Amino acid sequence: MHPLAQATTQPLPLPEVDWRAIAPELALAVAGVVLLLVVAFWPRAGRGVLAGLTLAGLAAAAALTVWNWDLERVAFEGAVSLDGITRYARAVLLAVGALATLMVAQGDSREGEPDDSPPEVFPLLLFALLGMVLLAAASDLLVVFIALEILSLSLYVMAGETRRLAAQEAAMKYFLLGAFSSAFLLYGIALCYGATGSTNLLEIADATGDPTADGTLLLAGVGLLAVGFLFKVSAVPFHMWTPDVYQGTPTPVAAFMAAATKVAGFAVFLRVFAGALGGLVVSWRPVIAGAAVLTMLVGAALAVVQTDLKRMLAYSSISHAGYLLVGVAAAATVPAGVSASMFYLLTYAFMVMGAFMVVQYVSRLGPPDDDAIGERSSLEDYRGLARRHPWAAGLLAVFMLALTGIPPLSGFWAKYYVFLAGIEAGLTWLVVVAVISSVISAFFYLRVLVVAYLQEPVGDPGAETAPGRTPALGVALGLAGLLTVAIGLAPEALIAAARSAERILG
Amino acid sequence: MPLMYPLVFAAFLFSAGVYGVLARRNAVMVLMSIELMLNAVNVNLVAFNAYLRDELVSGQVFALFVIAVAAAEVGIGLAIVLLIFRNRETVNIDEVDLLRW
Repeated sequence: MHPLAQATTQPLPLPEVDWRAIAPELALAVAGVVLLLVVAFWPRAGRGVLAGLTLAGLAAAAALTVWNWDLERVAFEGAVSLDGITRYARAVLLAVGALATLMVAQGDSREGEPDDSPPEVFPLLLFALLGMVLLAAASDLLVVFIALEILSLSLYVMAGETRRLAAQEAAMKYFLLGAFSSAFLLYGIALCYGATGSTNLLEIADATGDPTADGTLLLAGVGLLAVGFLFKVSAVPFHMWTPDVYQGTPTPVAAFMAAATKVAGFAVFLRVFAGALGGLVVSWRPVIAGAAVLTMLVGAALAVVQTDLKRMLAYSSISHAGYLLVGVAAAATVPAGVSASMFYLLTYAFMVMGAFMVVQYVSRLGPPDDDAIGERSSLEDYRGLARRHPWAAGLLAVFMLALTGIPPLSGFWAKYYVFLAGIEAGLTWLVVVAVISSVISAFFYLRVLVVAYLQEPVGDPGAETAPGRTPALGVALGLAGLLTVAIGLAPEALIAAARSAERILG
Repeated sequence: MPLMYPLVFAAFLFSAGVYGVLARRNAVMVLMSIELMLNAVNVNLVAFNAYLRDELVSGQVFALFVIAVAAAEVGIGLAIVLLIFRNRETVNIDEVDLLRW
């Protein structure tokens, strides 16, 4: 009998539908659809209304996340798993989503200019977050793929949604390279399925411990999976798209991409590599460690020569991906690697969001610059910022010092715990490279502060337009600054919460 | 049929797609090459499904999901390419170079 015909004679094991397990995702999906309908049927709705509805959706998802906080189980026949990584990533992603909503509500440009993102950006933000939250919880390669595509497709549209040519170009580059990397990831998934007979991460974990499994096929699959994930988290040598995309897209979207996609991408990276493929650590660790070295050094070295702050932040985000890869390389053998990486993601998300908020604030000052390819984010625009806008300059200093890793700000503790986990895993040489890269990165972060504090402002400061249209950006800036300082002063509670993420289900 | 035939065929198809993405300069051709890569993955998934005699037919189900997502992806991709063409009158990815590539 044909194998397929035979299969149909047996009762099909239907998965139990566990609504509670995916309640936050459902809330985001419902909120996204509601907002889409609001935008479609009430085109005159103000940005304030839409932002309020988006924040309400995020609040509902956050409440459900808290309701599910103590839940530890595998739902939908192993397709979704609720564990420490899931709930930690959910909390961080929803907070990042709220800050991004405030930035989008403020708009990307000066008043009266036509290149604000259209109102559809709010539902798309919710759909992208839905994909990210689901990606962090995915415990089956099919769900990983679907979640990745939900978030990527939403972000491609968000990137290109303005009339600015640079944004459209960024969207095209992001799309072509994103789809290219998805194909590599899929090929890796197909080979892993062929080698282990399952797409479920729990079953793959069992199969990798089995010495009779087809090793070559599995290793080829793992290699292609690594290429796909390294593309998504923008690690060298798959980083080429990052600077162009971050520079071209509207600043709120770039901030959201830089913070949230890293959180979701590294959550799934940890779950797949440190969790399911932990048995093959000897095979993949040299590859990930090598990528970490290249990512840290190339990111830091290229950031030094940038003259545009958004582009510099893109290269800095590449080098931060390198530090996170140190955590991933350590995580398979040292559980502290998982918690250190999750804590790093938490602090990094708020630092980088804050830095992009200052970019957004400054790009709205000064006369419109029609020749600028992107928004006003050249280092020239920051000359004498401390004299013109002391609060913005002060917050810029906080975020730059935190990104450098100066104690007592949050970035220091993030690096400290990741380096500690690396040494514990016996990767001391990798940590030495990471410290060298931190020293290089201090140069370009501090140069921004030199420009802002020590150089004379150019032009007539009186000609600047009033920056504020709504208080949204100010609130967001205050929150990001407060979190960066507060996490730095009292990291213990959050690192303790991250420790609960150390045991990976599947 | 030995498993090797469809696997080699899929590897060839995937490589042709990768070559197309890297060598073609027309954005629409690049999109088509990406579709070729995704279809190579589908061949792989279905072949493995048949070889493993998977009772849950996860390989075939996965292939269906890939087809659906690829359709959504190409929809968005063509929309972006159309947007670029309407503003620049070109879809050559070498001429779309406002940002340093």
